[in-house]
Amino acid sequence: MLKFVLRRLFLEAIPTLLVLITLTFFLIRLAPGGPFSSEISVPPEVLANIQAQYRLDQPLWRQYLHYLNDLLHGDLGPSFKYKDFSVNDLVNKAFPVSLRLGLFAFVVALVVGVTAGVIAALRQNTWVDYGVMAAAMLGVVIPNFVLAPVLMLIFAVWLKVLPPGGWEGGKAMFVVLPVAVLCQHYIAVIARITRGSMIEVLSSPFIRTARAKGLPLGYILRRHALKPALLPVLSYLGPAFVGVITGSIVVESFFGIPGIGQLFVNGALNRDYTMVMGLTVLIGTLMILFNAVVDILYGLIDPRMRIR
Amino acid sequence: MPLLEVDRLNVRFATPEGEVAAVSDLSFTLEAGHALGIVGESGSGKSQMAFALLGLLAKNGRATGSARYRGENLIGASEAQLNRRRGSEIAMIYQDPMTSLNPYLKVGEQLTEVLRFHKGMPHKAAYAEAALLLDAVKIAEPRKRMGMYPHEFSGGMRQRVVIAMALLCQPKLLIADEPTTALDVTVQAQILKLLHELPRDFASAVIMITHDLGVIAGICDEVLVMYAGRAMEYGPAQAIFDTPSHPYTRGLLHALPRMDRTHGERLATIPGNPPNLLALPPGCPFAPRCRERFEACLKPAPLTVFDGNRQRACHRAVPELTIP
Repeated sequence: MLKFVLRRLFLEAIPTLLVLITLTFFLIRLAPGGPFSSEISVPPEVLANIQAQYRLDQPLWRQYLHYLNDLLHGDLGPSFKYKDFSVNDLVNKAFPVSLRLGLFAFVVALVVGVTAGVIAALRQNTWVDYGVMAAAMLGVVIPNFVLAPVLMLIFAVWLKVLPPGGWEGGKAMFVVLPVAVLCQHYIAVIARITRGSMIEVLSSPFIRTARAKGLPLGYILRRHALKPALLPVLSYLGPAFVGVITGSIVVESFFGIPGIGQLFVNGALNRDYTMVMGLTVLIGTLMILFNAVVDILYGLIDPRMRIR
Repeated sequence: MPLLEVDRLNVRFATPEGEVAAVSDLSFTLEAGHALGIVGESGSGKSQMAFALLGLLAKNGRATGSARYRGENLIGASEAQLNRRRGSEIAMIYQDPMTSLNPYLKVGEQLTEVLRFHKGMPHKAAYAEAALLLDAVKIAEPRKRMGMYPHEFSGGMRQRVVIAMALLCQPKLLIADEPTTALDVTVQAQILKLLHELPRDFASAVIMITHDLGVIAGICDEVLVMYAGRAMEYGPAQAIFDTPSHPYTRGLLHALPRMDRTHGERLATIPGNPPNLLALPPGCPFAPRCRERFEACLKPAPLTVFDGNRQRACHRAVPELTIP
């Protein structure tokens, strides 16, 4: 197991991350404009000064090596836009917000999605099944930039039961709508995957064996069918978890939530090189980490995967 | 009262192409402690008959007729009613031991859950009882084995586990559906030996479903030969092996490989394929492949009694049959 984890880390995770960093580093510099190009009528000497301060006067390869070196020391560099702030500071402030929002959305999506999927599978080809699947289809096709203002209109403007936006340190009232918007897509996908795999598992010979043993249906579902039915869901959960905790650009912008999503949008618009780089590294690392976690969980659930 | 009395059992499947008649008007009786062999080619409805008895048909399947187990009709019984019998009084062994055990649960748990649900045994007692059964099916170090997963067992070992699982509650009726088909020939012999001896020890009646007449010889008291979901011949095993009365039975017996054949001699076969169950011929279903057919075979051949306790479905009288 340890060997598996180490190999996963050194032969797969780190090289992948390095490729990601390299690509992002050069791609963002290829984009037209620079972090200081909007500030018009800056005397050339001042601009040269600023550029020297951020090492922008050096050749690209040196900038790249410098960046890698800083990264090794855990330093994501200074923000090009928010002067006097390092990227580390900004991320440290924004990440807990996105994480909190994301965790709520993740748990809701998992519980609701799996439950809906199992119910649909048990009532396959009845109106219950069609209803759940139609709702899931809506969840997939309705973009969250439509759902967010609609929910805001209903619950904040008409009913006046929930605030239309803001965060206030993540009070329950302020979390409900963003979580609802954020998790709808994941609920839909999880429900669809769960239904499909549950139907397949329920028709497998070992479930017939369990039924022939005279075991009650509820017990068969919990003890015999749930684990194998959730394996396909699990492989989706790794990337989904990262996606949901690193903040949704749309949800955070609509509800004015000071999370990673907002940082990312602003960073990209301002050509804030270090900010975009830092967030890419963060999300990339999490993505690789949670894919590895999923692999390990797979081994825990499926005994056949353990011996390697 | 016989242990099991099946009367005009029909199994139909609704498919997009039409209705498939898997089992048609099948009747037989089984006395307690007896062994019945059900023989037929693949697709003759043997397995579906067994699934119908246990209420395990696929969703698009429907069974009609009756199957009285100690007087209680199993066809159309509720899940709760069936669950009282399934696994405790009526147990089943399956064709493919590689897929019939749950790969995600330890073997010990799959065994003990039967005892916990049917007998309310506490965990420890169930564990001890299951270990005894594994020992009875000749699995070495049963306690250690119970902590392992099915994929750590060989095919033959898994089938032993399935047999132990079926016998845990000392069932009155054991249905074995092609229990040796998926196994190596050497392992087949060992499993057949178990299936011959253990049910006797437990006083269980057995329904042995197979396509191999050789499996039935020496184990079964009665034999039912099925073709296209219908009974072709039914009677005491010895009589059927000695004097088969139906052209299909004779064909099957001929197709068995024998040690006394000369080298290079080709194995006899029945030409043609079983009929499409979506569109059965109006008369005898075997007629298109039968060398003895004549005009009457276009009409259905009802099962008729002869020789006192034997039944056959054929328009030709036994002495008229030309193939030996």
